[in-house]
Amino acid sequence: MRPLLEIREFHVAYGKVEAVRGVGLTMQQGQIVTVIGPNGAGKTTLLAAAAGLLRSRGQVIYDGVDLERIDVEERVERGLCLVPERRELFGDMAVADNLLLGAYARRRHGADVKQTLQQVFARFPRLAERQGQKAQTLSGGERQMLALGRALMAKPRLLMLDEPSLGLAPIMVREIFHIVASLRQLGVSILLVEQNARAALETSDYGYVLEMGEITHQGPSAALAHDGRVVTTYLGGTS
Amino acid sequence: MTPDIGLILGIDGIATGSIYILVGLGLVLIFSVTRVVFVPFGDIVAFSALTLASMQLGRMPGTIYLIVTLAVVACLVETGQHLWRRQPQRIARGLFGYGVLPLIPAAVAFLTAGHLPVWAQIPLAIALVVPIGPLIERIALRPLADASILLLLVVSVALTFGLSGLGLLFFGPEGFRTRPLTDEIFRFGPVVLSTQTILMVATAGIFSLLLFLFFEQTLIGKALRATSVNRIGARIVGIRPGNAAALAFLLASLLGAVSGILIGPTTTLYYDSGFIIGLKAFVGAIIGGLTSYPGTALGALLIGVLESFASFWDSSLKEVVVFSVLIPVLLWRSLSLGRVDEEDHEVEE
Repeated sequence: MRPLLEIREFHVAYGKVEAVRGVGLTMQQGQIVTVIGPNGAGKTTLLAAAAGLLRSRGQVIYDGVDLERIDVEERVERGLCLVPERRELFGDMAVADNLLLGAYARRRHGADVKQTLQQVFARFPRLAERQGQKAQTLSGGERQMLALGRALMAKPRLLMLDEPSLGLAPIMVREIFHIVASLRQLGVSILLVEQNARAALETSDYGYVLEMGEITHQGPSAALAHDGRVVTTYLGGTS
Repeated sequence: MTPDIGLILGIDGIATGSIYILVGLGLVLIFSVTRVVFVPFGDIVAFSALTLASMQLGRMPGTIYLIVTLAVVACLVETGQHLWRRQPQRIARGLFGYGVLPLIPAAVAFLTAGHLPVWAQIPLAIALVVPIGPLIERIALRPLADASILLLLVVSVALTFGLSGLGLLFFGPEGFRTRPLTDEIFRFGPVVLSTQTILMVATAGIFSLLLFLFFEQTLIGKALRATSVNRIGARIVGIRPGNAAALAFLLASLLGAVSGILIGPTTTLYYDSGFIIGLKAFVGAIIGGLTSYPGTALGALLIGVLESFASFWDSSLKEVVVFSVLIPVLLWRSLSLGRVDEEDHEVEE
């Protein structure tokens, strides 16, 4: 089967400092794949570059197409969507407007967009309650829901989630991972970057460990969760 | 000063203020979407009035040559960029948008010069002037879209000199005043209102309302707001900042062109008169914080009224008074609001 996403020999640099060095990563349609690793390992950089926000060397092949000359906006139109670590919401605008703009790439399908909006509201009732409120007045968890909901409005095929649990209360973390797992039923594939390695490995099918910009371990998530070094370094246990 | 004079000055000030509102809204629109303080914006106002004046005199408006010059350069830039990025399939669209579209009104004006019916002159003058903004954006500002606000400002100042040079070349050094649209006068007791005044105030009101509806009710309007609120957020939902910038410049240009038509009959304008108009509107926009549309409208109105009273007391000092307002306003803003930093974050490219 042709992989949905294949990243080969991927390098991203800030000036002379290479933050991502020769990373390779493959994921199949319908999979949840996670990239775990410590702070500063290059996880966010990897996702931002795969989304097209940063310049990179190497190949990103999405759905059989090399994305080299395809900009961020066209990647979104093709269903490759990023939920960044900073959420990047439109703080000064209403929740409903944030969601509607999430479907900007599908603006020529008006009725379809309305239907998606209802689905997003059904999935996140809290957003429906607060649709008239400005995004900047939401709590941390609600903001993350809005960021997820806004990305879902684009009807993504591959959703790239950058630290969805960052800065959230434990109960909210559980809810967010629950939501992430449930997105699988929509047929959305997910590339999940997380510092919360335990939850990420529980939710995903396959995992990569990124350290100092390089992939050091990889394997099915269940196997990684029992790998001695991964357990001591990232899961805080003893093997 | 008697109350009667005060009333006349007040009405006069509101009329002038209406022009500053239109120009100020254009400046804020451009700044919030692109972070460019567009100093040459006033030139678009002056060019619009001069275009109409030359049409009324039966001459070939210099705007035609200006547009042709800008369109040729913009097409070269656009094509060059697509070739550089190896996207030849986008060249045709670029040439259409930056070559064919702006040249249509220019061609019409060229072919009909001298024998155009009066009613058609105003819309054609506006259509001729509107492409100036988007063309300049494409040529000089789009390639620098990710630069700092300061660099964009410096480029913007440079553009002002360039554009007024082109203005001198194409319009010549003489001043023009367009024919009044109407010269009817209404009297309500002590209040005397010219139709011109009513037209200015009404137009400012209508365009402000349209702009409000555009931003609140349409997806494209919301996309422009989104771009100004969060550029990265806009990109990741598929809004191209370049397209947003082009649209912002197009709408602002329209506001500028309409202002020019309205101000043309009230003052003699020269090729470089736009600068001072733009600067005064800018003071109004600063009062509004350069980001708030209602604040800008209020500030612009205040500047208009202030200018009117100042010119009554001492006409040689009216500019001094208007620009002196900047000092207390800036003090007040910096003390009350704290510093507004340049965008607090940006993914580096």
